[in-house]
Amino acid sequence: MGEANPTPVVSLRGVGKSYRAVRALAGVDLDVLPGEVHCLAGENGAGKSTLIKVLTGAVNRDEGEYRVAGTPVRTGFTPAEARAAGIGVVYQELSLLPDLSVGDNLCLGRLPNRAGVVDRRGQRAAAERMLDRVGLRGLDLSTVVGELPTATRQLVEIARVLGHDAKLVIFDEPTTALSTAEADELLERIRALRAEGVAVLYVSHRLEEMFAIGDRVTVLRDGTHVTTRPMAEFDHDSLIQAMVGRTITNLYPGQRATPGPVRLEVRGLRPVGFPEPVDLTVRAGEVVGLAGLLGSGRSELLRAVFGADPKLAGTVLVDGERVDTGTPRAAARAGLGLLTEDRKESGLMLGLSIEENVAMASLPRISPLGLIRPGRVRRHVRAATEGLRVKFGEWSDPVSSLSGGNQQKTLVARWRATGAKVLLLDEPTKGVDVGAKADIYQVVADLAAAGLAVVVVSSYLPELLGLCDRIVVIREQRVAGELDAATATEEDVLRLASPVGDTSSSHANSAPGTGAAHPEEVQ
Amino acid sequence: MTDVSTTAPKTPRRARREPDDSEILRLSQVFAKGLGGIPVLLLLAFALSLATDSFLTGTNLDNLGRQVSIYAVLAAAELLVILTAGIDLSVGSVVGLAGVVAAKTMFETTGGLPVVWGVLLALLVGAVAGLVNGLLVAFLKLPPFIVTLGMMGIARGTTLLLTQGRTVQPLPEGFATLAGGEFLGVANLIWLMLLVTVVVGLLLRRTVWGRYVYAIGSNAESARLTGVPVRLVQVSAYTLAGLLAAFAGVLLASRLGNGVPTAGDGYELQAIAACVIGGASLFGARGTALGALVGALVVGLLNNGGTLLGVDPFWLQIAIGVLILAAVAAEHLQNLRTRRPAGPTPGQPSQPAPEAAS
Repeated sequence: MGEANPTPVVSLRGVGKSYRAVRALAGVDLDVLPGEVHCLAGENGAGKSTLIKVLTGAVNRDEGEYRVAGTPVRTGFTPAEARAAGIGVVYQELSLLPDLSVGDNLCLGRLPNRAGVVDRRGQRAAAERMLDRVGLRGLDLSTVVGELPTATRQLVEIARVLGHDAKLVIFDEPTTALSTAEADELLERIRALRAEGVAVLYVSHRLEEMFAIGDRVTVLRDGTHVTTRPMAEFDHDSLIQAMVGRTITNLYPGQRATPGPVRLEVRGLRPVGFPEPVDLTVRAGEVVGLAGLLGSGRSELLRAVFGADPKLAGTVLVDGERVDTGTPRAAARAGLGLLTEDRKESGLMLGLSIEENVAMASLPRISPLGLIRPGRVRRHVRAATEGLRVKFGEWSDPVSSLSGGNQQKTLVARWRATGAKVLLLDEPTKGVDVGAKADIYQVVADLAAAGLAVVVVSSYLPELLGLCDRIVVIREQRVAGELDAATATEEDVLRLASPVGDTSSSHANSAPGTGAAHPEEVQ
Repeated sequence: MTDVSTTAPKTPRRARREPDDSEILRLSQVFAKGLGGIPVLLLLAFALSLATDSFLTGTNLDNLGRQVSIYAVLAAAELLVILTAGIDLSVGSVVGLAGVVAAKTMFETTGGLPVVWGVLLALLVGAVAGLVNGLLVAFLKLPPFIVTLGMMGIARGTTLLLTQGRTVQPLPEGFATLAGGEFLGVANLIWLMLLVTVVVGLLLRRTVWGRYVYAIGSNAESARLTGVPVRLVQVSAYTLAGLLAAFAGVLLASRLGNGVPTAGDGYELQAIAACVIGGASLFGARGTALGALVGALVVGLLNNGGTLLGVDPFWLQIAIGVLILAAVAAEHLQNLRTRRPAGPTPGQPSQPAPEAAS
């Protein structure tokens, strides 16, 4: 579908948006036609989210033209107006209310009523009609949404969006929390929408999904429009090339020295939910990756090593000495450090200064008799941040003023300040742009070179393969195998990580009330 | 501030400045860092000294100091809990309980136990009440509002039971001099108020424990994962708050010269008001001991000035209410201004790490 004969459902011309000094979008053009699946490709920070927000009225463009079905839209476009104009979004973090029933969620905001009293029968009919469209006929409307498996919840969400007579449905990373089989099913659903003439804007990091479903693709890079072309004109490599705009061979640090003696030894560790104990050994100077699908238990394993969550059994040794990892406090004292997946919820103290965030874990050590010595704290913090290239104004600025990458470096500095011997990193480059990513990889490599043992959890396989020496693959709360990062391919990792017997996986079952939500989804 | 570039390391600009700026309190910090109460205080004092002849007299200032001191001590107690993102509704009742416990200890056994015993026992009772609050909040994870609401009732009820609702008097002479005495021509109460403020201020600013209090108030889970002994700090903060509230109760009983079972009724709200006017945030991690003192002074000054000017006390209540709203609104607006640009990579707040792209 090359030519733009039909009127685009939405159309952007030269749209720009800045957040203060940061230019999030500049001169972006986009046409999404009825009955097409239009993919949006770009790295983290390329401006995809901002573009979606402009389309849905969540933020307002600073410049450029926005038309819906050919009609220009004023600048103060609101989300309510967008919804009324038929623009719906299915978010990566589902926006259903988990405590309400399916029926209530579907009709929320437009409950059929007579003089304020809910028309139960009308609601039921409307809800069933909506579910029908996504193939969920027969789902009990009184089921509480929080009890549904993720894939089903996602379908309910789609049903709700369609129920608002959506002409355009935007999918923002819809498959992040789904198993392969579930994702395939979702793609099938999207094809059906296309056949009905609905326009779809599809955003995903999974390139293979774009190739499977996309008609056209628009590539964004650093907030600017790179190209819009039929999907078929791209192949895997050329699409990456377009997204990144340069070859990224030097994104990952080069070869490291051979690992030293064993630093971290985990024996018979059983985090809650693990059917069998896990052993793990990491040497000084070694970077070990933990790979696995979302919900496989990789984060739980990491947190259990640190004592962040209760565990059923197991011992942790650092430099051959058994350490008490009953609490994070004890683990931190023993030379372990953890950077969690969500640095704002469980890492940073956003209201406090950069200095305090760095110093907090090591305060007792540098404060004789528990008394703070400001000069000493400052020197200590300076030493800990040295070489990390943290960019900031003043030490006393709130840590919330830093960008994602610099916040992450602040947390690395916190553990460096404690003289940590083992660093546990959960998704260290989540929400961090490319430049800062390279920085963080370098920092990790430097720390390893300095003799630390590093364990990295990541969903992003190229990162694991590029950064790590070894990769331990977790599948369904078990160690599925171990790979040498130098020789392994992404396919090797995926094969180990995917549930055995694929479609018969318990997650693929969409009957309500079965699988409990994965911990990660709850967070 | 983006970090897209990988240019040469830009080390902190102020590398050559050795006297660390954390040790220098700049004027801008005084006004910016949650001490919006100071200008209000100065303005009030200035207006009152112009409007009345009696405000700037030694007698009145002495009187004002005595009135404010008990609120100020209580505000310091409340601050400790508020900084942990909690709230203590029981401090007012603990004031009453402590006063009565002290009074009964000295009085009942006619000629009875020495004053010291009465004071110590009262402080102990207050600390225990705080300890119970702290244990329930830290270990059972009950909401502080509910826990301390319960303690508020328990402490007040105990007070009334102990006294059968009657005032305990007379009390030994020595006890009355605790609050009534003077040192270097300034009332003991004022000295004690300053002492409490300085001690709490140093505790918060210059000890690891104090920094932990702020850390917990900012984000308890982050603090836990950083190795902060969260529960221990919470329990100690509530306990210390109970102890200070009991101290305020002892001072009040000493000032009144008797143990009144209804003493301290509603003081918890005055203490919270003082903290908030002094720049503390009920969301935790914001606020200083000096701010709490300033807040207490503002509230005291309004009351004092109102009396001097003959303003209807009902109007004064309205004025204090407006002031609380203004203080919170000011803080909120400041947050909006300073935190908005704070989001890391503003355009993409919730981009997850990419899934495996094969």
